Amino acid sequence: MASTDTPAVKDGNDLAGLEAGLDALETVQTSRTPFRTTFTQKIVPPVTAVVLVLLVWQALVSFNIVDDPSKLPSPGDVWGEVEDAWLQGTLLDYIWTSVSRGLLGFLMALAIGTPLGLLVARVRFVRAAIGPILSGLQSLPSVAWVPPAVIWLGLNNSMMYAVILLGAVPSIANGLVSGVDQVPPLFLRAGRTMGATGLRGTWHIVMPAALPGYLAGLKQGWAFSWRSLMAAEIIASSPELGVGLGQLLENGRNTSSMSMVFLAILLILVVGIAIDLLIFSPLERRVLRSRGLLVKS
Amino acid sequence: MATALAKAADAGTSVEYSARIEHVSKSFAGPAGQQLVLDDITLDVAPGEFVTLLGASGCGKSTLLNLVAGLDRPTAGDITTDGRPALMFQEHALFPWLTAGKNIELALKLRGTPKAERRGRAEELLALVRLQGAYGKRVHELSGGMRQRVALARALAQDSRLLLMDEPFAALDAITRDVLHDELTRIWRETGLSVLFVTHNVREAVRLAERVVLLSSRPGRVAREWRVDIPQPRRIEDAAVAELSREITEELRGEIRRHGQH
Ligand SMILES: Nc1ncnc2c1ncn2[C@@H]1O[C@H](COP(=O)(O)OP(=O)(O)O)[C@@H](O)[C@H]1O
Ligand SMILES: [Mg+2]
Repeated sequence: MASTDTPAVKDGNDLAGLEAGLDALETVQTSRTPFRTTFTQKIVPPVTAVVLVLLVWQALVSFNIVDDPSKLPSPGDVWGEVEDAWLQGTLLDYIWTSVSRGLLGFLMALAIGTPLGLLVARVRFVRAAIGPILSGLQSLPSVAWVPPAVIWLGLNNSMMYAVILLGAVPSIANGLVSGVDQVPPLFLRAGRTMGATGLRGTWHIVMPAALPGYLAGLKQGWAFSWRSLMAAEIIASSPELGVGLGQLLENGRNTSSMSMVFLAILLILVVGIAIDLLIFSPLERRVLRSRGLLVKS
Repeated sequence: MATALAKAADAGTSVEYSARIEHVSKSFAGPAGQQLVLDDITLDVAPGEFVTLLGASGCGKSTLLNLVAGLDRPTAGDITTDGRPALMFQEHALFPWLTAGKNIELALKLRGTPKAERRGRAEELLALVRLQGAYGKRVHELSGGMRQRVALARALAQDSRLLLMDEPFAALDAITRDVLHDELTRIWRETGLSVLFVTHNVREAVRLAERVVLLSSRPGRVAREWRVDIPQPRRIEDAAVAELSREITEELRGEIRRHGQH
């Protein structure tokens, strides 16, 4: 179309050079944080906190401030309990019983909560019908579901899963709903001009745009799953169910073994934190970083 | 119109327009009942033509462009376009979960380009906007000007014959904007696209267009049209551009002044 006479070519070259210069000047340089910085800013502070707690704990016992071992065992006693359980090979069993239950329940909650959340977010009638109930359920402590679940389903694994689902599904669905609500209308309009309407729009535009909110919902959903599972395990222990962390805690109480109670509480805490640190936080950070939403502090 | 028809024949197309806007009105439900935003707009864009739509802020330019893009329906009148137009916004509207290259590939995928061809075509389009190295870059890693160029490449990927642009350079600094004007003119001449470009900036309108259409405000009507015969490539500081801009600015000011008189 354009006649490529000499002035135009020269003009073109000038433009390319100018443009390259502008691009170079304006491009932001991103670099990885060096390990040293990560170490001093992310690892040292929590380790210091844990060490301090252990020191205070040991001091309480050593200086006889709390001198009844059935109320407060020493850190050494609890460690001994860990070692025993490890040597008997039961430690990993306890953990695996609960974690496998929790993760399986969570996956089921994911499979139910995701389509449910999409329906509530995208279909006006469904939103008006069950939206408020769904967000109300989120604030209901899921322990409340344990007694009815026991009556309906009996003391078995189904009852555990039911309690997990009732705790986690609302969080996951609500997370997705708020993720979808926060999708900038501009993206939807851009998608529509490109032909992404209906299901194609949901798949290519709405879902990926809502991903950060969805992930936040998943994270909360896991926390709720784990909590409700522990409540269910503590309340509904029976021999056929095997010994998970909740039952371990309950067994400790029944045998008045405070160090076993402490062991169980520690394990529940550590597993909850570990799943978050190993699965959800890296996932969330990856998503946010790839979108330039994670500001380095 | 004669030149427009000649161009259509030139391009070998059978349609004699890229967009035809006939007696289009649009009103919105406002606090004081129906608010008439666009009133009886009639406007054609010929194949290969570059038209700028000029008007004060709030006169209904974006509304009209949305109607042409099919994002909204007119209250009255008809709009026909030669295929689905591509639309570029003031904000880049690139998807932050995709790289620059994948943004373009999504547009290709949605219009049905086979998977095997997408990567190559995306690279070509990036080369067209002179961003060869940007394929794997994330949106937040690009400068404002680069984002708009990727957005332009993505719009071009739709392979529409009509490109709608809603103040796409308004948020850029002056130097970058000048460069993008040159790029847009070059790409328009290379591709033979029709462009309907909205702006409130008179010089920008004159710098780019073959035809400038001035909209009045409240309600938006076609107030006047100018044919711009200054040869391309133009520069925004050319004397001829400045002279016509002065004339159009006078007219635009007159339009705006009318609203202060009662
Ligand atoms: N969806 C809408 N609902 C109600 N009023 C609207 C809507 N969109 C635009 N308007 C009104 O129409 C007028 C023109 O808006 P717009 O087309 O965005 O102007 P421009 O792009 O020329 O600045 C404004 O007064 C605006 O308030
Ligand atoms: Mg506008």
